[in-house]
Amino acid sequence: MFDVKHIRKDFPILSREVNGNPLVYFDNAATSQTPQQVIDVIVDYYSRYNANIHRGVHRLSQEATEAYENARAIIQKHFNIAHPYEVIFTSGTTESINLIASGYSPSLKKGDELIISAMEHHSNIVPWQMLCEKTGAVLKVIPMTEQGTLEMNVYEDLLSERTQLVFVNHVSNALGTVNPIQEIIDKAHGFGAKVLLDGAQASPHIKADLQALDVDYYVTSAHKLCGPTGVGMLYGKSVLLNELPPYQGGGEMIATVTFEKTTYADLPHKFEAGTPNIAGGIAFGAALDYMNAIGFEKIATYEAELLAYATNTLTKIEGLKIYGEAPQKTAVISFNVGRIHPYDIGSILDQMGIAVRTGHHCAQPIMDFYKIPGTIRASFSFYNTFEEIDLLEVGIRKAVKMLQ
Amino acid sequence: MNTIEAIQEEIIEEFSMFEDWMQRYEYMIDLGKLLPIIAPEYKTDVNIIKGCQSKVWVHAELHEDQISFTADSDAIITKGIIAILIRVFSNQHPKDIMESSTDFIDKIGLKEHLSPTRANGLVSMIKQIKMYAVAFQTQLN
Repeated sequence: MFDVKHIRKDFPILSREVNGNPLVYFDNAATSQTPQQVIDVIVDYYSRYNANIHRGVHRLSQEATEAYENARAIIQKHFNIAHPYEVIFTSGTTESINLIASGYSPSLKKGDELIISAMEHHSNIVPWQMLCEKTGAVLKVIPMTEQGTLEMNVYEDLLSERTQLVFVNHVSNALGTVNPIQEIIDKAHGFGAKVLLDGAQASPHIKADLQALDVDYYVTSAHKLCGPTGVGMLYGKSVLLNELPPYQGGGEMIATVTFEKTTYADLPHKFEAGTPNIAGGIAFGAALDYMNAIGFEKIATYEAELLAYATNTLTKIEGLKIYGEAPQKTAVISFNVGRIHPYDIGSILDQMGIAVRTGHHCAQPIMDFYKIPGTIRASFSFYNTFEEIDLLEVGIRKAVKMLQ
Repeated sequence: MNTIEAIQEEIIEEFSMFEDWMQRYEYMIDLGKLLPIIAPEYKTDVNIIKGCQSKVWVHAELHEDQISFTADSDAIITKGIIAILIRVFSNQHPKDIMESSTDFIDKIGLKEHLSPTRANGLVSMIKQIKMYAVAFQTQLN
């Protein structure tokens, strides 16, 4: 049974106050909160077996290595990945994307084409623009509709033998749109192009089966999934990762080093130079365990109820316009009220202890598309309640009254 | 003429009468309506102070030995805070502006708006006001 009251007790932060009011946390798409179970894992690591991994013969190092590799196995299993060495620990989604962008740098040539979608986060735009500037490759953009869905017929027209890579987010951070990724992947493969799926927004809501999707690369961050900040993952098919040059040089990623020549270690170590975020990696695994114990299907069902309730409640507010009305959405509502600046409403909601995100959400092209300076974004998680949505409604009405 | 310190004291006193944040914010919104609005010809990209979220435009002119500021913003609360800053710093001598402090913002309970993490352009705006003061002071010397 899904009992939100019970679940909320796992999250110590949810009982704090902000400006004298109980915290209402609706900025989950930026960072999800951390349950005590995950916090305990971090504390336990530093209290009992903090040591460097993979190299030590001593007991602590072995325990740390075992826990870290166990976390890799949890991630492997969660995303149905064929081999544990196809899971690369990174500092997060942004680093994962940069790792791939940098890996393609030597092989891309002038006239090659890369395709991104119009609803990408800056972290899935800028690295590719930099790559294009360096290599002479051309960046093509799948446009979006007013409703916030991708124009898939244009995508088909953009694909050609010149297409090397396609990057899309599974879910848009600013709009919540769930993109038709299977179709995107299959069509790209028809032209021999590889696909990188940005799972940062989708992974907390949708359990992706990466082998079934047959996606080439997948990236996400632990802090979107009830895990700590500063750690994330890159999945790549091993035949592809083996071809890519290393991202950073250092310890751990080598097989042999002489001053004449260094040979690189096998996957995953080739891409994991230096001492990693060990506690973070272990806690990432614990966070996935935590969410799986609740169950992603239950989470999705409950969040869909929250979204339907919130959409219904908020659209009753006069002048409130929702951006992103795709039929398939995660629990995100991006909106504005009349011509009121999002910053004004966000500031007043903060006074009431309600945490929302305001601004362009690192997706300026979307804001330009709608010709707005930004939106207010309320993003829900499985630990949010219907009562909190009521508080949001009251808060918005109060803010609008003050600002008009 | 009121000194910067005297005006700041006056504002602190006004804000001390409010019982809760709502009254404070409502007052700020009202102050925003009194903002000496920047002339359209100065509302250019050059005069824009880019924060992450709300835009702020500011223009300064030297009249004899005093600077007068005009400004605007696309967010109402930001406008209110600018209005407070302009009330403090407009029609003052560049040297006095350079040497002044902005601690009063903290005392009127608006510190969070001036936190560098807030990214609303106000921190840059204060910097800009002081830069104008430095520039005009050089002219006066």
